[in-house]
Amino acid sequence: MEKYYTQEIPKTDRIPKLVAHLYAKMPEIESARARLITESYRETESFPIVMRRAKAFEHILDNIPIIIRENELIVGSTTIAPRGCQTYPEFSYKWLEAEFETVATRKADPFYIADHTKKELLEADAYWEGKTTSELATSLMTEETKKAIDHNIFTPGNYFYNGVGHVTVQYDKVLAVGYEGIIAQVEEELARCNPGDQDYCTRSQFLQAVLISCHAVIRYARRYAELAEKEAAACADGNRKRELQQIAANCRQVPAKGATGFYEACQSFWFVQQLLQIESSGHSISPGRFDQYMYPYYKKDLESGKLTREFAQELLDCIWVKLNDLNKCRDAASAEGFAGYSLFQNLIVGGQDKDGNDVTNDLSFMCITAAKHVFLPQPSLSIRVWNKTPHALMLKAADLTRTGIGLPAYYNDEVIIPSLLSRGLTIEDAREYNIIGCVEPQKAGKTEGWHDAAFYNMCRPLELVFSNGYDKGEKISIETGRVEEMTTFEEFYDAYKKQMDYNISLLVNADNAIDVAHATRCPLPFLSCMVDDCIKRGKTVQEGGAVYNFTGPQGFGIANMADSLYAIKKLVFEEKKVTLGEYKRALAVNFGQGLDEISAAEIVTQIVREMEAKGMKVDESQIAAMISTVMNTQLPAEEKQRYEALRAMIDEVPKFGNDIEEVDLFARDVAYTYTRPLLNYKNPRGGQFQAGLYPVSANVPLGAQTGATPDGRLAHTPVADGVSPSAGKDVHGPTAAANSVSKLDHGIASNGTLFNQKFHPTALSGEKGLENFVALIRSYFDQKGSHMQFNVVDRDTLLDAQKNPEKYAHLVVRVAGYSALFTTLSKSLQDDIIRRTEQGF
Amino acid sequence: MDYLQTKGRIFDIQRYSIHDGTGIRTICFLKGCVLRCKWCCNPESQEYGIQEMLVRGKPKTIGQDVTVAEVMETVEKDRPYYNRSGGGLTLSGGESLCQPEFARDLLRAAKAVGINTAMESMGCAKWEVIEQILPYLDHYLMDIKHIDSAKHKEFTGKGNELMLENAGKIAFSGMTKLSIRVPVIPTFNDSPEEIRNIALFADKLPGVDEIYLLPYHRLGQDKYEGLGRKYELPDILPPEPERMQMLKKIVENCSKLVCHIGG
Repeated sequence: MEKYYTQEIPKTDRIPKLVAHLYAKMPEIESARARLITESYRETESFPIVMRRAKAFEHILDNIPIIIRENELIVGSTTIAPRGCQTYPEFSYKWLEAEFETVATRKADPFYIADHTKKELLEADAYWEGKTTSELATSLMTEETKKAIDHNIFTPGNYFYNGVGHVTVQYDKVLAVGYEGIIAQVEEELARCNPGDQDYCTRSQFLQAVLISCHAVIRYARRYAELAEKEAAACADGNRKRELQQIAANCRQVPAKGATGFYEACQSFWFVQQLLQIESSGHSISPGRFDQYMYPYYKKDLESGKLTREFAQELLDCIWVKLNDLNKCRDAASAEGFAGYSLFQNLIVGGQDKDGNDVTNDLSFMCITAAKHVFLPQPSLSIRVWNKTPHALMLKAADLTRTGIGLPAYYNDEVIIPSLLSRGLTIEDAREYNIIGCVEPQKAGKTEGWHDAAFYNMCRPLELVFSNGYDKGEKISIETGRVEEMTTFEEFYDAYKKQMDYNISLLVNADNAIDVAHATRCPLPFLSCMVDDCIKRGKTVQEGGAVYNFTGPQGFGIANMADSLYAIKKLVFEEKKVTLGEYKRALAVNFGQGLDEISAAEIVTQIVREMEAKGMKVDESQIAAMISTVMNTQLPAEEKQRYEALRAMIDEVPKFGNDIEEVDLFARDVAYTYTRPLLNYKNPRGGQFQAGLYPVSANVPLGAQTGATPDGRLAHTPVADGVSPSAGKDVHGPTAAANSVSKLDHGIASNGTLFNQKFHPTALSGEKGLENFVALIRSYFDQKGSHMQFNVVDRDTLLDAQKNPEKYAHLVVRVAGYSALFTTLSKSLQDDIIRRTEQGF
Repeated sequence: MDYLQTKGRIFDIQRYSIHDGTGIRTICFLKGCVLRCKWCCNPESQEYGIQEMLVRGKPKTIGQDVTVAEVMETVEKDRPYYNRSGGGLTLSGGESLCQPEFARDLLRAAKAVGINTAMESMGCAKWEVIEQILPYLDHYLMDIKHIDSAKHKEFTGKGNELMLENAGKIAFSGMTKLSIRVPVIPTFNDSPEEIRNIALFADKLPGVDEIYLLPYHRLGQDKYEGLGRKYELPDILPPEPERMQMLKKIVENCSKLVCHIGG
């Protein structure tokens, strides 16, 4: 018999019905949670904060409306409306009030909001003025930090406006002993507490808060049991009646007690996953190694004949649908950075156990099948790859990749495990890592990783080098000297490093201020009872209760900075074809390619500031006129030509992504300007800062806040994505790009790196295509790359590539027996390929 | 190690080729060809002399003299991919046999460092030339375009006698794996009869068990203009998938060969 069951199990009719129901309407904002938490908070003002949180959680779970959706087998919905969302005024609320009228019509992730909901939210929100984590965080930050944020050097907006999330809790513990088991453990701890202990007050309050939270969860499940019983009694359809009776029985057993079988384990898992997201608004609550902790229940039921593979698959598919039922409304700007209603619930399959054995099992395969069956963005499916990963699992994963869904993401154990060891994890814990959110590794149930702590735009400090610390006429950073006077590349590069160091210190200040605000105003007792060593230490994860503590802010724009600094090194200091002063002017005028409104407004802001300093008054209409003048001003033809020539020269300088040793090692060094200084900082929970190198989708909106860069990138266009080469600058195919990227130090970026590649479906077609694709991943990983994900492009992308070839210079397509760069083909041939894509595989 | 210093003329090195031979391969394109196939998708490969071609409006020099060692430097870069996929170096052209010492020494250099080798070629050279290459070649991807010599001559400029004879000799030598590839060109060789004749010939070659039908494509059309040449087959269209399937059936019905469409 084979070690794993690798066959694809068919999809049941239930799944498309569940999906259709979920996506019938635009998601909606509901007010129940905001109303309930406010009611509770009004009653508990004299209590310690951790107790207030528990009481509020209890009040919400006892009273929030519940619903069982049509055809569901796994129940538990946070909103009555499918894919709806609740609000979390304790973190922030003003942005939503400001966007009430536009949230339903905005481009990125719109939400419907009813008039009565707006009214109820306004009533609830009135209580929160001055009481939110974001307001406290603001008051904890230095003025310099706030200025840097205002000027878009970095943005800690995610945790500033929201809960933290970004955690994987001990699902295995809840599956095994239920909340009654956790209650027993906590009661034991409480019994050990002595009123004379130094930390008795805080410890006993925390433990009691956990007890309240766990009891509330058990009661919440019972509400579902009662609802299911009621619906079963009224149900005329015999099949559905039996299903509802089973749902009721499940909700009486779990999550109060340990799961006795696979179906109960699925339901128990779901309550944990859902309720973590009622306690707080953080995203990236990641199921982690689902195929591992669910497997004992699956195996037992399968062997005893209680469960068929088909039903097990259907239950997995139901969970996959439910993961898309959870939703979150972000402010308009953040919605662009996290586009796609994504909650980043990362679920990973494969990998090793604590002793270093491969632990791929039937469920690893069935999780990939579930993604194919449900075909929705959640969960973010990942796969751990190491030398002993079964080839069959790789092929199964590759087969999902070629559907174009963008899943799974591939992670390299051989880089991530040593990297975690270097951050102080034990070898056993490091081997059991999973991924949080996008690409961030951690050990489940032991870590508060603050993995997505900020986006740091590595391009902006280079702009500050050229402006000597000024932005829009205002001094916002240190002065590193006039570039016109710099005589060596080392001097210039040193100025960049100084600007980086200074702004990184402000980034740390911002993150630590927000960290303290969360610990002070939003500790999370329910989440904390499922993370070691909170119960033993008697405190929440927000207060440092976890075994491992990190803060991981993301740097992005490495490729742009590597190419920019390398171009300056070559053109200014080695070949002496251009001076820094000329370069500065070229950047300011966007290489003569015209100024958009943002650039014009920036220049005018600077002029107005200077005029006002001289005591002149400028009104709105004058400013508008000035902006229009700036935008319409033409450069002298000669000057324009000179900048175009400069841009052509820049184009000729070798770029990162083409497997050129010198350039790639230079890029490695540039990445260190971000990754190394961060390691010097500590967070309030006693943990270390560690860098990530990935942008989510923020490289587009944050690129729009970045002027022209010395690599020839025009103002306000996207910056490079993750550790990938700049779009269109890697022209020697996927192996060359992968080799370049692998030369960066992925280990030091222990909060994760992200490498995207694009393929046309035909590159993965047939058995041979899959084999070669798997070999490509394996080879990148042999060279110590950390992460890889693939965009297998569809027809629309090809059409876009025809219109905007500069964005797609690296897109490989297959034409009959040949592979070619799509954009180099003639229009007629491109049309041929586009037509062929429609035929699929 | 003198062979590392052998010089030759190439016009491109293409990495991540996954359709020419096994696994992920690096193709080195040698300049110069004995034939002048009207459908040729690499017209810049035909002349041995260094040329200028307009590529998207910009002049580009086609052809570069390099040593074996220089080519190997690029070939080495993708060794991790060869290891994982069973790939390696492929020589293409042009006709690699037009530069016999360079082709031989490139293959030899790859074999010497454990890299798998393949060569796309029509076998249009003296047997002595081919014979000295075979010890270093793992996979011979041989083009057979037509069985009728007169028609072969009309469309490629040369009769096919030498190539067919060499195909037999290569197969009998047993020194390399031999696969037959047929560019399927409408108006030239895409009739059932013509494909059947090629299949019957290939089926008789000892050790040959695979044949590849490569559908005509227009990838090279723009290059003719770039070279200031006229494309002589402007009106033919790539064969429909249905026609390719039909031809595949014909091959399978008349021979024991495994037939693939595409590389």
